[in-house]
Amino acid sequence: MVAVTRKFPRPADPHGADMTSLESIISVRGISKVYSGQVHALQDVDLDFPAGALTTLLGPSGCGKTTLLKIIAGLMAPNTGDVLVKGRKVTGPGPERAFVFQDFALMPWATVVRNVAFGLELRGMAEAKRHEIARRYIEQVGLAGFEEKYPHELSGGMRQRVGLARALAVDADVLLLDEPFSAVDEQTRRKFQEDLLRLREIERKTFIFVTHSIEEAVYLSDRIVLLSRRPGRVSQIIAPQIDRSGSPDEIRRDRAYLDTVEEIWQSLRQFVD
Amino acid sequence: MDARLEDPIAAQIAAEPGEQARSRRQMVWWRLASIALFCLAWEIAGRVPINLAFPTFSATVAAFAEMIADGSMLKAYLLTLQPLIIGLIVSALVGVSVGVAMGLRKSVEWIGAPIFIVLQAAPVAAVIPMVTFVYGIGLTAKVISVCLLALPVIVLNSYKAVANVNPSLINMCRSFLGSRLQQIVKIILPDASPVIFAGLRLGISAGFIGIILAELLITPTGIGDLITYHRAVANYAHMYAAIASIIVFSAAALSLLQWVEEKWIRPEKKRS
Repeated sequence: MVAVTRKFPRPADPHGADMTSLESIISVRGISKVYSGQVHALQDVDLDFPAGALTTLLGPSGCGKTTLLKIIAGLMAPNTGDVLVKGRKVTGPGPERAFVFQDFALMPWATVVRNVAFGLELRGMAEAKRHEIARRYIEQVGLAGFEEKYPHELSGGMRQRVGLARALAVDADVLLLDEPFSAVDEQTRRKFQEDLLRLREIERKTFIFVTHSIEEAVYLSDRIVLLSRRPGRVSQIIAPQIDRSGSPDEIRRDRAYLDTVEEIWQSLRQFVD
Repeated sequence: MDARLEDPIAAQIAAEPGEQARSRRQMVWWRLASIALFCLAWEIAGRVPINLAFPTFSATVAAFAEMIADGSMLKAYLLTLQPLIIGLIVSALVGVSVGVAMGLRKSVEWIGAPIFIVLQAAPVAAVIPMVTFVYGIGLTAKVISVCLLALPVIVLNSYKAVANVNPSLINMCRSFLGSRLQQIVKIILPDASPVIFAGLRLGISAGFIGIILAELLITPTGIGDLITYHRAVANYAHMYAAIASIIVFSAAALSLLQWVEEKWIRPEKKRS
């Protein structure tokens, strides 16, 4: 299959530049992954992730999108291929990447502030300083007042905000989000998506986002990478041109939004039995 | 984000302190009622009487007071506690270290697992006479009896606790650049601690069994001596007082351990 970059007419590009001309901060080259010699999760994946963009990996379940994200994060080694961060080959996790986990991965014995500051704690930053930074991000994700609570005292959506604040606190260039909203209910999920769009305006970061929701991908993304069914390959790259200056309701009723959702569904339905 | 959360949970958490205190008070009352009910049933059963050798609760309490007053109880406890505490400290330190090492390294797991699984399955009461045969009737034999009973359960629980640590938390620690040492100290041990402490609780109660078995089977000293002596002279109230005291003592030791866990290691448990 051939990777195709689709161009749409662009009424208003919030980032002021063509995504394809942006410098890529992360590249993957010829990534293949085989689980226990049998399950072929990924095959020959070549991708570039432009700096400052939100790129979504979208595909049917079992297409290897989470596997690809974990390989980019350095949490999993590919069988072949390289991951390049700012042009340099990496083999493990690094300070320029921060991960947001599907199951939140919060320490149940630690308060919200300690959880958020954990990345900084591991780097040996003094407690007063790292807690000050953590409090700032806790406030930014809307959890002010919950600093001394424990994870089991929070709702699922609030727990994922803690996970997001922890990833923001280490000030990485790239945030890797593995189906971050899949474990929360639909209302919380929508609110979270709206907050993420607003967050992007404050924090100039690169996001790589894994989801199985077409609507979520189109709503949030600058670029959507469609992966084929196992073994996962890049089947298509779509750059939806949606004007995100309006209210969430306006975006969800936007012609370009609805057309892109429909187009992706038409591409993906071939992979669904 | 100006996401001011209007979450029902937020309101619930705000209302919680008063609610919690009330339910805690209620819990204390029900527990006291449970103890009172037990004592009452004992008193009635003793008065019926179900058996001549079964004293009433009040007679047992009186016998207990008498044994405290004449110093025999204190003397017995000093004798019993020495091998018990040495044995439990050795079992806790060795048991947790070996168990954690087994959970962290496959080679240690393969060496250790068969030994401790067999030891846990063994009817240790049958082994204790053999311990006496080798180590005599002194302190060493009693410490070994305590360890024989306490060690396997502590080792196996610690091992299982470490082997079943949430892999997602380990990935989290790796992705935020934690070293292997940080991973062990900051993630694996705290995450494993509830199961490790469950093993310690089982180990302590097994240690109490070990010391009483040793005192009954090896040489009658301490509490074991009190039980044997008062049985022999048909002072049943005194015998029951000695037995009840060691049960209460063991329960108190377990509560203390739970308090230590909640206070220092898993503070969130107090709030659940």
